[in-house]
Amino acid sequence: MTTASKTHSQGMQLAPAKSYDWKEMVFHALFLSCAMVGVLSVATIGWFVFSEGLPAFKEAGVSQMLFGKEWLPPALFGLLPMVVASIISTAGAVIIGVPIALLTAVFLAELAPNWLANIIRPAVELLAGIPSVVYGFFGLVIIVPAIESIFNIPAGNTILAGVIVLAIMILPTVITISETSLRALPSTYKEGALALGASHIYSIFKVLIPAARSGIYTGIALGVARAIGETMAIIMVMGNAPAMPGSILEPARTLTANIAMEMSYATGIHASALYSTGIVLLAFIVLLNGSLLYLNRKRAH
Amino acid sequence: MKKVFGLLTAVGLMTAPLAHASTVTVSGSTSVAHVMEVLAENYQNSTNTNVEVQSTGSSAGIRAAKDGTSMIGMSSRNVKDSELNSDTKEIVIARDGIAAAVNKANPVKNLTQEQISKIYRGEIKNWSEVGGEARPIVVVTRENGSGTRGAFEEIMKLQRTINGHKVSAISPTAQVGNGNGMIKTIVTNNPYAIGYISLGSVDDSLRAIDVNGVAATEANIAAGDYQIARPFIVLIDKNAPDNANNFVEYILSENGQSIVANEGYIRIK
Repeated sequence: MTTASKTHSQGMQLAPAKSYDWKEMVFHALFLSCAMVGVLSVATIGWFVFSEGLPAFKEAGVSQMLFGKEWLPPALFGLLPMVVASIISTAGAVIIGVPIALLTAVFLAELAPNWLANIIRPAVELLAGIPSVVYGFFGLVIIVPAIESIFNIPAGNTILAGVIVLAIMILPTVITISETSLRALPSTYKEGALALGASHIYSIFKVLIPAARSGIYTGIALGVARAIGETMAIIMVMGNAPAMPGSILEPARTLTANIAMEMSYATGIHASALYSTGIVLLAFIVLLNGSLLYLNRKRAH
Repeated sequence: MKKVFGLLTAVGLMTAPLAHASTVTVSGSTSVAHVMEVLAENYQNSTNTNVEVQSTGSSAGIRAAKDGTSMIGMSSRNVKDSELNSDTKEIVIARDGIAAAVNKANPVKNLTQEQISKIYRGEIKNWSEVGGEARPIVVVTRENGSGTRGAFEEIMKLQRTINGHKVSAISPTAQVGNGNGMIKTIVTNNPYAIGYISLGSVDDSLRAIDVNGVAATEANIAAGDYQIARPFIVLIDKNAPDNANNFVEYILSENGQSIVANEGYIRIK
């Protein structure tokens, strides 16, 4: 506001003062309404999912749904196997994907010669643009048969296949954001470390990565959000069996896959149970974002 | 002004089907809608009557016919008496077989209905128990609520009752694919898989298994020898308008039935 009025008075000193600055108000309203689109969408989605999903919670009971192990609509609505599958597949993707992504980011920001960075960076960005159905198909024809022959199991449509596909899918998000935050560090950090006699690698791990931590956390959180929300690729490679998985070499169904697979046919309480699956998923995302906010705030203090 | 006209036209387009008294409305099973759309298109071209087909699922179609929200309802499973009122007529317009399909490399050619049922319950787990290689069976099924799964469960007695609800008895560890295409991809790529798909979808990439020694062919289904088959049913009110009755007559006519056969289903007449 103050800067705007300052330029205003500097540029047009002779203009008579208006009682209402319409232009100012119109743009104010425009900015506000743009900012509200996101908020309203979240509120509408939340309201919609809750109003559709609550009947199933009422019929089955919260503990029955969250801790029940059998998914047999319209009688039993146990979501535990799917909660477990979502957590394991996302955690697996983070364990495999984040170290690779972080090291790639360090390589691009610190070590790679220009010509090589100019090949790797567009490749990574291209990875972000590939639609998930293509990832799924890639998983189905390459990763699934590979798992079958490596582990000698009858069906490769397993959690492991999902983990590998998800790990590849979160790479571009984590790499891009981590690289940006590493590059945003003041050059004095690195120079100071080197001047004190630290080796290049030592300064990367002990100075640069810790300094860029909050940006890296954001990248990881966005990657986790992508992994937990991924649907199409997971449906294609994970086998979707609604039973409690005994190991990562067994098929499993994630929360998102449960909604996407059954929504087209479901009616009545079954449809409502799918919306309550959405509520559980929403709760996960809120928890995730909440813990990220907490981590970043703790760091800021 | 232009915008107002545009808006009026848009509203007009949206309400036109309601105002059009001669439109025949059909809704229900997604499987039946597949053939019904072809029938409707041919019928429109020859008689100039509008037919509107919506695929909403068997249960929704039966309800629509009972309430009168649609003139004609479609179902790909047997209709329970409790779902009908006394004025609704049930007419079978075609039959569709469900084939139990395996990979072409699988040596097993024949299974009994009992064996297939046990495989899906998870009681038979190895191909060696039914005369194949000593490898675990990869069981593939459709998602809950699918009409094909519903019909398969009903015919193969794969149902049990929990808390007063009839639910699936298919083992929860079975892999789930959504759609005939997904099941086909899995079975084609896995030599130890077994899945079930609509007979119309069986092609060279996989092999339909003989059930109780009877091959899954249209002739055997028409003769009633191949047991895993389901009816395609339309439901129509006794007091339905003439144009709806005419359309059902057309489906049962020689022209209509040859379209049914062309689409890969089994004709009734």
